[in-house]
Amino acid sequence: MPENGHWNWEPGERVIHEVKDCDAEVSWLEELHASPDGEQVAVVAKLEEGYGVCVNGKLWEQTFDRAWYPKFSPDGRLTALVNVDGEWTLAVDGEVWPETYTCLWNTLFSETGDTIAACAQADGVYGMVVNGEIWEQLYDTANEFNLSSDGKRSAAVVVMVSMGQAEIFTYQKGCYSVAVNGEAWDNRFVNAWTPVFDPSDKRLAVQTRSTLYDYTIVVDGKPWSQNFSATWEPRFNPSTGAVVAPVRQAGKWGMAEDGRILWDPTFYQLWHQAFSPDGKKLYAIGAPKYGRWTLVENGSPWPLTVGDMVEDLTVSPDGARVAAAAKEGGRWTFMVDQSLWNSWYEMIWSPVFSPDSKHLAAKVELPGKRYTVVMNGKPLKETFEQCWEPVFSPDSRSVLIRAVQDGKFKRIVAGVHDF
Amino acid sequence: MSEAALAQKIDDPGLDETAAKLTPERIRTTINRVLQQENSARLKAFVGTCVSCGLCSDACHFFLSHDRDPKYSPAGKVKQTLWEMIRTKGNVSQEFIVRAATIAYTECNVCKRCVQYCPFGIDTAYLMTVVRRICHLLGVTPLYLQDTSHSHASTFNQMWVKDDEWIDTLQWQEDEYRDEIPNLRIPLEKEGADFFYSVIGPEPKFRTQLIGQAAVLMNECGVDWTMPATPGWDNSDMSMYSGDLEIMGRIKRAHFETARRLRVKRVVMGECGHAYRSVYDVGNRWLGWREMPIPVIHALQFYWEMLKEGRLKVATQMEEPCTFHDPCNVVRGMGLHEMARDVVRAFCSNFIEMEPNREQNYCCSAGGGVINCGPPHTKTRVLGNRVKAEQITATGAKVLIAPCHNCHGGLEDIINHYKLDVKLVFLIDIIYAHMHKSNAI
Amino acid sequence: MHSIYTFVTGPLVWVAFLVFIGGLAGKFVYLTSLAKNKDPYVFSYLHLKYALRSIIVWLIPFSTRNMRLNPVMTVVTFAFHICLIIAPIFLLAHVIMFEEAWGVSWWTLPDAVADVMTWVVLASIVFFVVRRRVVPEARYVTGPKEFVILGLVALPFLTGFLAYYQIFDYQTMIILHVLAGEAMLVAIPFTWLSHVMLYPMIRGYMGSEFGAERHVKDW
Repeated sequence: MPENGHWNWEPGERVIHEVKDCDAEVSWLEELHASPDGEQVAVVAKLEEGYGVCVNGKLWEQTFDRAWYPKFSPDGRLTALVNVDGEWTLAVDGEVWPETYTCLWNTLFSETGDTIAACAQADGVYGMVVNGEIWEQLYDTANEFNLSSDGKRSAAVVVMVSMGQAEIFTYQKGCYSVAVNGEAWDNRFVNAWTPVFDPSDKRLAVQTRSTLYDYTIVVDGKPWSQNFSATWEPRFNPSTGAVVAPVRQAGKWGMAEDGRILWDPTFYQLWHQAFSPDGKKLYAIGAPKYGRWTLVENGSPWPLTVGDMVEDLTVSPDGARVAAAAKEGGRWTFMVDQSLWNSWYEMIWSPVFSPDSKHLAAKVELPGKRYTVVMNGKPLKETFEQCWEPVFSPDSRSVLIRAVQDGKFKRIVAGVHDF
Repeated sequence: MSEAALAQKIDDPGLDETAAKLTPERIRTTINRVLQQENSARLKAFVGTCVSCGLCSDACHFFLSHDRDPKYSPAGKVKQTLWEMIRTKGNVSQEFIVRAATIAYTECNVCKRCVQYCPFGIDTAYLMTVVRRICHLLGVTPLYLQDTSHSHASTFNQMWVKDDEWIDTLQWQEDEYRDEIPNLRIPLEKEGADFFYSVIGPEPKFRTQLIGQAAVLMNECGVDWTMPATPGWDNSDMSMYSGDLEIMGRIKRAHFETARRLRVKRVVMGECGHAYRSVYDVGNRWLGWREMPIPVIHALQFYWEMLKEGRLKVATQMEEPCTFHDPCNVVRGMGLHEMARDVVRAFCSNFIEMEPNREQNYCCSAGGGVINCGPPHTKTRVLGNRVKAEQITATGAKVLIAPCHNCHGGLEDIINHYKLDVKLVFLIDIIYAHMHKSNAI
Repeated sequence: MHSIYTFVTGPLVWVAFLVFIGGLAGKFVYLTSLAKNKDPYVFSYLHLKYALRSIIVWLIPFSTRNMRLNPVMTVVTFAFHICLIIAPIFLLAHVIMFEEAWGVSWWTLPDAVADVMTWVVLASIVFFVVRRRVVPEARYVTGPKEFVILGLVALPFLTGFLAYYQIFDYQTMIILHVLAGEAMLVAIPFTWLSHVMLYPMIRGYMGSEFGAERHVKDW
């Protein structure tokens, strides 16, 4: 999250824009997208001919054969994937990148938003485009793209050996590698998945399998000494640099650190692990019993469980608290501080902690397709046709609510005690 | 040589070349690991209870189609595979493994019809998947099925569809169908939509019209829907059938987590059978979810809902005599047969039942991953399902509705081989042709 | 001779029943604990209503499609199982022995009925043997073990019948009868005769899977 102290944190409500308005003849307007600071709302507009992008009712000058995937960068710039004369490029605040590609998709941002990247196919070969520049080396295929938080490094799983139809023996010798900024590791894997950078953006870890059966984690090209019957995505300890990943042994899941078992494999499932910023606490989502889900803290599952699903694990900035979305009997609530909130919702979004870790807020859906924001278990009095995930002020006293009410896009700054 | 005997002489490098490299030690340890560590109570109960009465035989279309040859009876298949592995404590030959793999992958559709015939309810399909698991761990799998599993592992879809090809196909289908419905949209990545529509790999690859037709249906029904622009869109799962359960889990996780990422309340899937089995029965369970963590609604359920809610309106009825094939995984697997009939009857004025039908219907012989074993094994499944051809012929129908991709592939081959005078369609083909389209020009 | 008789109708009965009940109980505990610890699906999906539905439906003659497809087999199987269970329990001679030993007794079958039932059991076993020899799908999966088990079931009835009509030496025959009965009891937990217990267990689980999870009938 980039610095947001300069945003307008004056308490109150301001109408930004009538969402149906657009200064052009449009066939229809698509989904609304709010900027992080709530000052802009963007929408793709289907025009009589082609597409445009409308921001606060003003159409970008340039129109396109197609425009989609509008995304605001964390620093508030609006991007969209656009097609011009059959070629794809990225438009940033209405300006298109000079280069075009056969296909461009999956826009990614660095943490502060200064780097914008996307996955690209250019004349049948694949790679990433970062700030408008495509990797020097491109591959017959690439996927599992990722961008480091500082935006300086991009990674993908790439194919090194071309395979014909149904060449299973070639495949099983290992045809995949991992490319960082376009440069592939020397390793060859049967498969590689989920490249992740460490918090300092210097190291990269991936899950791999070296045969159809031997799964492990490879860090900067060096595999763990131990194989497992399956793994999930690795994470770096921000303090020690150790790598942890859920691993499967004898039919159950545990957590391994640098190849050694850290939490015994006793779980029916274990994934989405995350460290506290000091690296002292490791949290995860797990199923200690078949079909029962909870959060796991340093290897110990919480006593309460839900039956349907636990997702969106979020660690508080101070690392002492953790929250997640929990589903039971088809309804959602939040699991935090070893308990569940009392209210259940039709749908919920990721929980958001305040910078001081004291407050927890989230977007929720109420019956009848109305939305609101809930703070520490208490809903805002108002409900909306649409709203976005809340953003806390740096002092943790206020929260920014971006919402549509009676056809108007509003920017509301509420106090954390106004709920 | 008879047709049936010819069908047994199959050249598949995925079976022969791989088995030739196996050592007795690897065979033994793998078998014992699967039998003793990966499986327990159910395997022991099923194997220990079978009184070998042979009453399961009448359930199996392979058995019936091969003039009651006991080698094709469910218990006969277990005898030729698992019983021998247990009896010898895993000391079986390479040739035995090839034969076991051939039986488990290509002569059994794991359709579970035999469960309904066994006096004890022994799940022979489960036992066949145990054999498949052993064969997978030995690396002895039919080449094309293995290739499909590789595709799942590398691309998270069944057909090696690349990330951008998927997006391109959806946008192209959207353009294509706007000629008819100008305001048609395939909304991509719409967070918070009511549901995400998921399909299987062959749809963007070969049967793109199914996506377009579904989009027309959604448009007319006025539903709040979306499709993901990322891997996770494919609900299919051939790894479940090859025995690569680890990859099965990986792709099912991607599917359900894509649904969660999009904040949808449920997933509506196209007309596919095996993918449904994977989400409600096998894949979800392997991942530790007792049920589907986010409900997945099969197309048949969805059409039925739309019809009942009055969103889907019938404009005209198809008058040609038609019949309906009950896909195992949605009927014996989920009891959707009455919903399916409600929809069929709404759109077809001359509907004729096959006999037997509903949960007693014969499998198409393509399911259970058998069709994905590819051309070398086509004959096996076609000759192994003569009864299906007879069943279809007896109806006198001119149109055969099969709401499942693999059923489609299998029935197509059966129609060609037995020269049946019947046109094969998906249910959406009929709905698309006969629904009321208020937005069409 | 008398001491042999005392032995087989005394301590050996105890041993036989102990092995029979203990064996089945042990098997039950073993399988359920295995299911609990290593096969979590079993208990997780168990559903009383559908378990009972499946167990009961399959105990009603001609209630399932396969029973209707094989009417002779259905009639024989039901007749066999009914006679197999009813005849020994309500046989006058057995009840008298219980009364002498424990002082408890219950209703008994007229000897003529018991006779017929014994004939039914023996005739059914002959039918099963012939069926396993001539029906290809049964023959293919039948091994010597199956005939031995059928023999074990037939013997107590055959010897009981011979003893009752005092064909051959009564003393020898009655000892053989008791021994045969004990052998059959002992065999139950260790052969597929254990389906006496596994029938409700498997049906219960599969009936739940079909009824509660898949919403279909398992017949």
